[in-house]
Amino acid sequence: MSAPVLTKEAPEPVEEPVLRKPATRKRLVPYWLLLPGIVWLLVFFALPLVYQASTSVQTGSLEAGFEVTWHFPTYWEALQEYWPQFVRSLLYAGTATVLCLLLGYPLAYLIAFRAGRWRNLLLVLVIAPFFTSFLIRTLAWKTILADDSLVVDALNALHVLDVTSWLGWTEGDRVLATPMAVVCGLTYNFLPFMILPLYTSLERIDGRLHEAAQDLYASPATTFRKVTFPLSMPGVVSGTLLTFIPASGDYVNSELLGSTDTKMVGNVIQSQFLRVLDYPTAAALSFILMAIVLVMVTVYIRRAGTEDLV
Amino acid sequence: MRWIRKNLVVVAGLLTLAYMILPNLVVMAFSFNKPNGRFNYSWQQFSLDAWKDPCGVADMCQSLSLSLRLAAWATLGAVALGTAIAFALVRYRFRARGSINSLIFLPMAMPEVVMAASLLTLFLNMGIELGFWTVLIAHITFCLSFVVTAVKARVMSMDPRLEEAARDLYAGPAQTFLRVTLPIAAPGIAAGGLLAFALSFDDFIITNFNAGPSTVTFPMFVWGSAQRGTPVQINVIGTAMFVLAVLVVMAGQIITNRRKKTATA
Amino acid sequence: MTDKTAHTGKNTGGGDVRLTGISKAYGSFTAVHPLDLTVPQGSFFALLGASGCGKTTTLRMIAGLEDPSTGTVFLGDTDVTDLPPYKRPVNTVFQSYALFPHMDISENIAFGLRRRGIKSVKKQVDEMLELVQLGDKARHKPHQLSGGQQQRVAVARALINHPQVLLLDEPLGALDLKLRRQMQLELKRIQTEVGITFVHVTHDQEEAMTMADQVAVMNGGRVEQLGAPADLYENPRTTFVANFLGTSNLIEAEVLEAGSDVLVTAGGGKLRVPGDRCTPAVRAGGRLLVGVRPEKISLTHADDAGAIADGRNRVTGRIADSSFIGVSTQYVVNSPAGAELQVYEQNIERDARLVPGAEVVLHWNPAHTFGLDADQDIDAGVESVEDAG
Repeated sequence: MSAPVLTKEAPEPVEEPVLRKPATRKRLVPYWLLLPGIVWLLVFFALPLVYQASTSVQTGSLEAGFEVTWHFPTYWEALQEYWPQFVRSLLYAGTATVLCLLLGYPLAYLIAFRAGRWRNLLLVLVIAPFFTSFLIRTLAWKTILADDSLVVDALNALHVLDVTSWLGWTEGDRVLATPMAVVCGLTYNFLPFMILPLYTSLERIDGRLHEAAQDLYASPATTFRKVTFPLSMPGVVSGTLLTFIPASGDYVNSELLGSTDTKMVGNVIQSQFLRVLDYPTAAALSFILMAIVLVMVTVYIRRAGTEDLV
Repeated sequence: MRWIRKNLVVVAGLLTLAYMILPNLVVMAFSFNKPNGRFNYSWQQFSLDAWKDPCGVADMCQSLSLSLRLAAWATLGAVALGTAIAFALVRYRFRARGSINSLIFLPMAMPEVVMAASLLTLFLNMGIELGFWTVLIAHITFCLSFVVTAVKARVMSMDPRLEEAARDLYAGPAQTFLRVTLPIAAPGIAAGGLLAFALSFDDFIITNFNAGPSTVTFPMFVWGSAQRGTPVQINVIGTAMFVLAVLVVMAGQIITNRRKKTATA
Repeated sequence: MTDKTAHTGKNTGGGDVRLTGISKAYGSFTAVHPLDLTVPQGSFFALLGASGCGKTTTLRMIAGLEDPSTGTVFLGDTDVTDLPPYKRPVNTVFQSYALFPHMDISENIAFGLRRRGIKSVKKQVDEMLELVQLGDKARHKPHQLSGGQQQRVAVARALINHPQVLLLDEPLGALDLKLRRQMQLELKRIQTEVGITFVHVTHDQEEAMTMADQVAVMNGGRVEQLGAPADLYENPRTTFVANFLGTSNLIEAEVLEAGSDVLVTAGGGKLRVPGDRCTPAVRAGGRLLVGVRPEKISLTHADDAGAIADGRNRVTGRIADSSFIGVSTQYVVNSPAGAELQVYEQNIERDARLVPGAEVVLHWNPAHTFGLDADQDIDAGVESVEDAG
């Protein structure tokens, strides 16, 4: 057997070594994979935003046609006229998000740590409502919150409605067609979007961490505050985003469960675009909404420190 | 007292669950209602009429079949485009990766109504007639990012050595993709597909903006009926979908349980 | 060991793996510096080094999973540098095995044959399952197998293709210690049985020494030294090899006399080193690192110093610590020549006076001493607490 030879520790070659380049075809693979999808997004997502921007600075009428006149006052006028709807949107969406977190966390926690063999069943029950069209389910709230329904009667008997109507959330004995009904609908509609990310991040937590925390003199409450909750932050962040973003632009709940006094900015955009046909104003409103949400989301993600959400 | 403290989270969780299930129960119950007027919001009397004639309302079943077709095509489109993007993002390093990530994230970071409205301005400015195609385009655009996210999660958890092993064992690029990559990524692609299907099937806002007068999807039909009068049949459809979904999930659960048992036996 | 060449018979030297000037750079980072290496056909060859030393990259270049930046890979006389992995007669046992989770064991093993268009694979698969003693697990999925069983499937899946070379990337890294020892013997048995060249990458020096005919010690993208395990152990040429393979006592010394017998001074005492065991050329007045393995050293209580035979290297010191291991006792001795010298004494007749604090004389046969270039890092290759695990 010829002895293995380490001929030498190859001396630095005198001539420039021939660098092998990876084949061009191989380097292009990712670009070919990306091409169709990215072109699609550029044409049907980015380009529309450009068109929307241009529409927002047009003037004219439906009959005479619209023309780009760089008429920026549209933005100012739109804000002046519709600021209550903007405020309402952010308020309703924010309240619904907080409610979703408060309601959703215990359920996600229950499924992740306490459900045992019921875990899969509970998960199915969280997801199953999805399979009934959300519009039908939202209409069901019309029945549940109707004036003489069990729920409203009960709230009345407990004098809850006295408090809420003093706060301006409800009106007299009514729940339907009040802000509370709209927020209730928003909360209901986006709860699964809060629970599923929460569950995913809770489920990843090693149960031994709880034992370790308790072993190190942490009470159950402290364990939750110092260990469980911080570790579930990714779920909290994506859950709140998945709730707040769609809720801020929603107009279905307001339309079906609210009144003219609960109109959100989504309602205005929808009616300006589809009924009034005042495209510049509608486009400007849509742009402002987008800007507000993007700024809020960016600040929120920065603060929460979880940048790798997607 | 101790018991309450220990089980507070269970009670709170179950109350939330009740809140989530309640509307479905109402929908179910009211599918057996016989309403007095045009609206099905208050209980009158038990009746099986709607269940006996689920398509008895003009245009409802057409809208249902339109929604199914639309969701199927949208799923196909979004999965094809999204899977390719997900693979490129996870498996390759290239320039512009950051901006592409943002381009994927942005559609999910803005309210649906903004995307809906901006697409409408595109179609209006281009003079494209609203109809099936504009809705399909809108749905694919809207589902794409979600598919990318779902598939990406799966591809990221895939061991790249599996594909190297395949190549090492004489499988060329095509064989490697078909025999190893695709089967292993399948659950992620299926999850992305299911998500796309559900999103598209149940979408209202985007459809509301971009559908022509003749493209009435099922959610559009329900929306219209909320104005004109809600037939009991929409509750029948809602209940049937709910029950069907639960049955499918339970059947799947039983099958996997069986498999596990035979595998360990 | 050399007689194995006889029974692999067909060995004409034509099946050697030859790497010439091969290197790999990622951007400005050079994972492997240009190296030339020949692995003879039929040998069990180990690439040994700490993580990040370039050993796995070298292996992957042989497999074709990594394109070399420069240089050529030869299998026998064929240049395979530009062949994709699926066209090379080389197979790999991957770290953590990379078994296809969606296929059962026999499908996993048949994968390579099927891809090459071989239709009737049943017989070969059964034979392979027999070889790795997993006949009853053919229809199981990988996740139903234990770590050791998965490891054997990975070997079978590669070997069934009768590769010219089998590459093993830390194949035993995921197993616990006992199973690892068992699998070392198992792999060695399989290698002897099939006579295929094995190139084995590992960070475990014991594993490399137990299994391999030849070991290449890699560090920082270069091969530090190459040779048979015993040769590497006895004649390390760098401090890295001296410390990485087993333990060495390295003492900084000054050369008094050069020649066939080198005389040096360290901490006031004089030591002898055989001239041919000094890696750099020594000259009087220069510096030298004098090395000796802990098990070569004898320990005598200072009171009995007179009984030590003449001609042995001696160092006086004080025991700082001792630990009883069972077969041996390990002492740590501080001396003027060097701090924390390691001594392993077999537990034959234990001297009750050898306890911490005792004055002792360390002495050994000068022939067991080696000399290394003093310009190197004296602690290179020493396993520290941070590196472990």
